[in-house]
Amino acid sequence: MPLLHVTDMSHNFGGLQAVSEYNLSLDPGQITGLIGPNGAGKTTIFNLITGLYRPTKGSVRFDGEELVGKKLNETAAMGLARTFQEMKLWRHMTVLEHIKMARYSKLSYGLMGAFLGTPKRRREERKVTELAMEYLKMFAVDQVADQLVVNLPYGDQRRVEMARALVIEPKVLLLDEPTVGMTPDEMMAMIEVIRKAHERFNLAIFLIEHRLQVVRELCQHVQALVFGQVLVEGKSDEVQNHPKVIEAYIGEQEVEF
Amino acid sequence: MTFTFLMQNLINALQWGSFYALIAMGYSMVYSILMLFNFAHGDIFMVGAYIGLGVSLGLLSLFGTGAAAILPGWVLLVLTILISMFLTAFVGIIVERVGYRPLREAPRASAAITGLMIGIMLETGNILFLGGQRFKFPQLHQFIAHTKWGMAMRAMAYDYVVVPLVGVPMNTIAAMTFAIGSALAAAAGILFGLAYPVLDPYMGVSFGWKAFVAAILGGRGSIMGACLAGFMLGFIEIMTVPAIQIMNRLFSLNIGSNLRDLIAYSIVLVILVFRPHGLFGQAYSSKLRL
Repeated sequence: MPLLHVTDMSHNFGGLQAVSEYNLSLDPGQITGLIGPNGAGKTTIFNLITGLYRPTKGSVRFDGEELVGKKLNETAAMGLARTFQEMKLWRHMTVLEHIKMARYSKLSYGLMGAFLGTPKRRREERKVTELAMEYLKMFAVDQVADQLVVNLPYGDQRRVEMARALVIEPKVLLLDEPTVGMTPDEMMAMIEVIRKAHERFNLAIFLIEHRLQVVRELCQHVQALVFGQVLVEGKSDEVQNHPKVIEAYIGEQEVEF
Repeated sequence: MTFTFLMQNLINALQWGSFYALIAMGYSMVYSILMLFNFAHGDIFMVGAYIGLGVSLGLLSLFGTGAAAILPGWVLLVLTILISMFLTAFVGIIVERVGYRPLREAPRASAAITGLMIGIMLETGNILFLGGQRFKFPQLHQFIAHTKWGMAMRAMAYDYVVVPLVGVPMNTIAAMTFAIGSALAAAAGILFGLAYPVLDPYMGVSFGWKAFVAAILGGRGSIMGACLAGFMLGFIEIMTVPAIQIMNRLFSLNIGSNLRDLIAYSIVLVILVFRPHGLFGQAYSSKLRL
């Protein structure tokens, strides 16, 4: 049984059909890519799966459970994590706080502990800090743990966001253009980071990407989305060289070349 | 100009300032998570004062006074404060649930107007139905700075979309912020009731707006700033009167002490000219969102 199973999912904004009859099945440990021109509905699909939008039709099953109608924090606690194209970091909080925040649901101390600083709370705080530092080391941002994220270089901010997504111990990770705006070097480093995380946690990854090199390096399976519909799907090379996909990317008049 | 006169004014200033500080901290807490000033907050202070009155009368009638007292006076006072803070926190939670939660995606102006309306509803509700100790601040600071809830409150201020996606129940956090802010207002209400035993349904309006000024002066969203600015505002307001008296005597002028607010808030205005984002506020590039 696939870990993440989307069937016949559709969504419209007012009269606009943003996503129609979308299907996805993602097995444990599998990396699938989602490509397509701007405005094809890629991020909308992410928002539908994670519950930021509610699909007009269809179902999203995760680990055998229906996600549609579940609260966002419940979905996250079940093991579905994501990153954002525009990152959405908490600008004036420290790197360490970002990681600790993502362990919220695992901390059990109560209000008494919060106001009075009971031994239980101190124990939990110490444990969560150790764990957070471990993750930061993995992403090579442990040196800046006490800095505000707003002061970090772009590539480091991206890695903090990845660490924040992974520290909730997800089974499935959705990455929305993880290399957007990066230099070629930063991009190669990011590919390595994703590969490492994939191996270490046996993650299933679903990835939106414009850069075909990233898709080629990482994805076993690729879907090409145009106007909210999957046009072609299959092995990465096949999809990228498919005439229909090329047509969608570069526009109709140039197809004759 | 005797020493006792000065001391008396100093004590008054501290007391007056503590009301402003407690209310301003509530304003700042809610602002720091929702980027929105809860304009009903001054009236929650009023509700807190009335609840405090009700609870203290109830406790007194239950446990008696004078020689027949079952519980000593200070126990009753502590009980009154705790129970009132608890009940007023509930009022805050209801305000958040009914007034603000449905408007989280709406333009800020809608929420601001809603806040004003809720304030008026609380005032008129009061008229309709009734006819008319130092809080431990350092602990609040460490609550915001170090606990999981405090972190979640701050995170919501920067980007609330992603907060639930890391497993945090956002509605709980929003309700909790309103609860703590309202409990602070209740504490201020009771302290006010102890010092000036005259409550009226509109007491929250003038106090609320002045505490709002303190919240701005402290720096939007800075709780420590709000506390200090609250005391500062109290100090400026109270000390303006003896300052006027001294000036009058020295230069044989005749400035009325009813110019107190004008002079006090001119001073605040001058401070804001030099520090437009308040004492502890971060400089924002965006416009003030109401």
